[in-house]
Amino acid sequence: MNALLAVAQIKGPHLDWAGLSPLIALLGGAVTVLLLGLLRNRLVRRICVPLLTMLVLAAAAGLSIWRWHHAATLVSGALRVDDLSLLLGLVAIAAAAACVLLSLRAAAPAVAGEGEYHALLLSTVSGMVVLLAAQNFVTLFLGFELLSIPLYVLCGSELRRRGSLESGLKYLIVGSVGSATLLYGLALIYGATGSTDFSGVAAALSSGSLASDPLLLTGVALTAAGLCFKCSVAPFHQWTPDVYQGAPTPITAFQAVATKAAAFGIFLRLFDGALINAQPSWGPILAALAAITIIVGNVGALGQSSLKRMLAYSSVAQAGYMLGGVLVSTRLGLQATVFYLAIYLFMNMAAFAVIVARERETGEGDDIAGMVGLGSSRPLLAWPMTLAMLSLAGIPATAGFIGKVYLIDALVDGGYAWLAVVLVVGSMISLAYYLRVVAAMWMRPSAGVAGARPIMAGGSAEAPTATRLSGLEVSVVAALFGAATLVFGIVPSPLLSLARDAGKALTGIF
Amino acid sequence: MIALSLVIWLPLAVSLLAALLPGQWSGRVAAAGSLVTLGFAVSLLFGFDTHVGGLQDVTDKVWIGELGTHYKIGVDGLNLALVLLAALLFAAAFVAAAMREWERPSTFFVWLGLAQSAVFGALLAQDLLLFVAFFDLMLIPFYFLTGGWGGPNRVAATTKLVIYTLVGSLLMLAAAIATGVLAEPSGGHLSFVLSDLRALGLSKGSQEWIFLCFAAAFLVKMPAFPLHAWMPDGYRAMPLPVLAVFSGVLSKVGAYGFLRIVLPLFPQASAHYQTLMLLIALASILYGSVMAFTQTDMRLIVGYSSVAQLGFITLGIFALRPAGAQGAVLQMVNHGLVTAALFFIIGVIAARAGSEDIREMGGIAFRAPVLAALFLIVALATLAMPGSSNFVGEFLILLGAFQAKIVIAIVAFTGVVLASVYALRAFIRAMHNRLGESVESHEIGLRDVVVIAPLVLVILAIALDPQVALIRGQRTVTASISAAQAIVNPPSAAAGVPITTGTPASPGTVSPPAGAAQQLPQRNGGSGPSSSAGSSSGGSGP
Repeated sequence: MNALLAVAQIKGPHLDWAGLSPLIALLGGAVTVLLLGLLRNRLVRRICVPLLTMLVLAAAAGLSIWRWHHAATLVSGALRVDDLSLLLGLVAIAAAAACVLLSLRAAAPAVAGEGEYHALLLSTVSGMVVLLAAQNFVTLFLGFELLSIPLYVLCGSELRRRGSLESGLKYLIVGSVGSATLLYGLALIYGATGSTDFSGVAAALSSGSLASDPLLLTGVALTAAGLCFKCSVAPFHQWTPDVYQGAPTPITAFQAVATKAAAFGIFLRLFDGALINAQPSWGPILAALAAITIIVGNVGALGQSSLKRMLAYSSVAQAGYMLGGVLVSTRLGLQATVFYLAIYLFMNMAAFAVIVARERETGEGDDIAGMVGLGSSRPLLAWPMTLAMLSLAGIPATAGFIGKVYLIDALVDGGYAWLAVVLVVGSMISLAYYLRVVAAMWMRPSAGVAGARPIMAGGSAEAPTATRLSGLEVSVVAALFGAATLVFGIVPSPLLSLARDAGKALTGIF
Repeated sequence: MIALSLVIWLPLAVSLLAALLPGQWSGRVAAAGSLVTLGFAVSLLFGFDTHVGGLQDVTDKVWIGELGTHYKIGVDGLNLALVLLAALLFAAAFVAAAMREWERPSTFFVWLGLAQSAVFGALLAQDLLLFVAFFDLMLIPFYFLTGGWGGPNRVAATTKLVIYTLVGSLLMLAAAIATGVLAEPSGGHLSFVLSDLRALGLSKGSQEWIFLCFAAAFLVKMPAFPLHAWMPDGYRAMPLPVLAVFSGVLSKVGAYGFLRIVLPLFPQASAHYQTLMLLIALASILYGSVMAFTQTDMRLIVGYSSVAQLGFITLGIFALRPAGAQGAVLQMVNHGLVTAALFFIIGVIAARAGSEDIREMGGIAFRAPVLAALFLIVALATLAMPGSSNFVGEFLILLGAFQAKIVIAIVAFTGVVLASVYALRAFIRAMHNRLGESVESHEIGLRDVVVIAPLVLVILAIALDPQVALIRGQRTVTASISAAQAIVNPPSAAAGVPITTGTPASPGTVSPPAGAAQQLPQRNGGSGPSSSAGSSSGGSGP
């Protein structure tokens, strides 16, 4: 008996603590934050919990940077921490940090409890880190659920607002369908290839006879559908506008950026890694989905007056652009997708930070009317928003332009020139709604005065407090990410070289 | 020798600095900065070595290594004149704008500075992606300038303007990337530098769709006939100093794009679509002229006349003959000067008549002879009066067109006649006739003279000596059309029937186009390299 135990101990997997360190920091931090949140003292909860969360995120970010260029396979090949997972993990961590800052004076953490709110946020991020590093179907699904379940709760965390609850419930139901589809697909791929490891699947596919196996193709289709739910690729995107609109805005900002990074990260790993030999089968189908997504997202955004809904549809369209980078299955496509995910962080965070500020300052909610006259009344908020909108539209001198150039480059290079044209047509449509926001901010000052007056007049005593409520940290987030949008639009090389490092992570592609 | 980068970025830098100053001062500092930029641009002219064929003052640095994009800028005979034109018109616009009151003046001048930097960048860029980036960027400041400081209905107008032009630009972006990727030699590395792309060449099939995308972008910007629908609203909404540079410079960047990018990189497609482009040019000439003499809004008269004039420029470019292309470059400069001056004059007249509608003007000349004289000079230049530089330009353009497609040239001639109709109509209705009801005529003020008189002086100077604009461009312009010309007009035919040398000789004796006569020997010299380049590419063709 003792001998058996000894053998078991020896055969236990070797743990590379250094490689796991970012994940450990996040999970340990989540537990600590949860416990700290149990303290009675309101001051501790209000200040120490967010502060500790920021420290945990900073530690995770620092450890990730420390592991840069130290690619390692961990836990018996279940996880692989390499530059791809680290870079996208850093995107998620940065999004979470911005979310913490935007939540400082938000209603959601106060209602749901600071400890719980921030602990859930940290566990979502750790789910993303697991998902990004997944090397077999089990860890993939584990990460996927660890990402999703806390996020369902966070979307519904503003307990007293119907919209938030509705958003959480919708996300839960649609997300569960997505997870089930994904699980079914993974099971079928396992059935066809006899392996749950990515490397095993790739090896089974490389023999060539499997590529047209119906079992495998069904499995791939269901897996793709499951991931498309998460990336909000049409026609699996219907939940996006409702969930984005209903969720507390900081959470919307976080999930718009981080969930996309994680879901596209695993998309890249699975489809451009394990399933790359079946690319002729799934490539054209994903291309069709990407084209539909680009059109549906951009056309859907046209009629929206709620900025969160508009950005939701815009995120659908952007998912279509990025899917293009995935489906060409080239190193260039991989780098372009990773680069776009990174700049997507900047432009979306800047936009959502401004929306958070305006929600608190005006009675308009996230309606576009809240932006009217911002250019003359709050230029420091109007500039980041302008940069974000121009960048999302892909105007030169913003990061979005470089991102689009890179994606088009990858598409043409990969033989999907027609999809590049669809992307361009989509960008043209998108101009109409992005520029509407810009026009509202800069070109309707008279209407802005008229629109703002009732609120000022109705609560002139409240008006100054309302302005103070939006807080310095929100402006800082907006300015920081807005500036990044501009800087990486002019000097993209540092970010491009990071994306190139990340692109080296997958070895099976050219 | 000053670096070209300084010329590009100085306007933006100065206007950003000026934005830190209080209200009135930001305009003055920005205007002073634009004069300094003009000085640098003029020094480029004097530093330019006429005997060197290729680029000068080249700066070449890697911008985005992953995308094979370089920050490569350089000046040659093709863009030198346009850079000068842009510097002059922007200086005039800055000075004019600085003497007016604006809401949020510092933001206004930042946008104007960015506009100038972007225009310089587009004109000087020698890398395809860099050009596209500057070309698209150029539009953004005008979007804000029109939308923020424009006249009635400005938001709708500016949105229309941006969507029209960016639709073209985005197609161009896709086409530009396709050019780089498709031209990439297998095993080689991606490069968007124009000289590399030119050496590599594309298959005829890819050239054709890429050509159409580029043409869409440039024709919208000009604007040419079927793609001009943004123009009337946009022109009515823009503030006048902004409109002067927009109409004077930005439209030329479109025409310049044909000469810089399209003809050298896609010669086979240019030859293939030559007739289509000539017909578009012809349609623009006729439509623009007819519309110009039926409009009553002064801005639209000038706007539609620009459509016609840019039709002439397109005609000259796509004649694919050295004479036509040189005429086109000269005419770009002429037209830029004339339109900008006209828009400033419209501002002065409108201040007296209380309206920009010619039906409410009249009789202004009686009390304002200096204004009338300035207006008359500009109007006569617009209608290409013999003796004006515009005459030389149109003459060369039509000469090229005659060599290419005689029928189209004959029809295009009517455009010259129509030009005198609309230019004189506008002048007479505004300055002569009975005094308009609400017209309060008085002489032009010093502030306006400061802006308009230099432009008129330059118009007169070029009229006296069009060589100034022509001579430096000859070699480059001829080289940029040589590849396409060789396809349309194979060198064997050119050698057998010496069209390029024979035909200009006879009009040269007609004497008025002094410039055309003087440049004859030089053009003959220039056609030497062109025919040799033509024979080499002609040899590789079959």
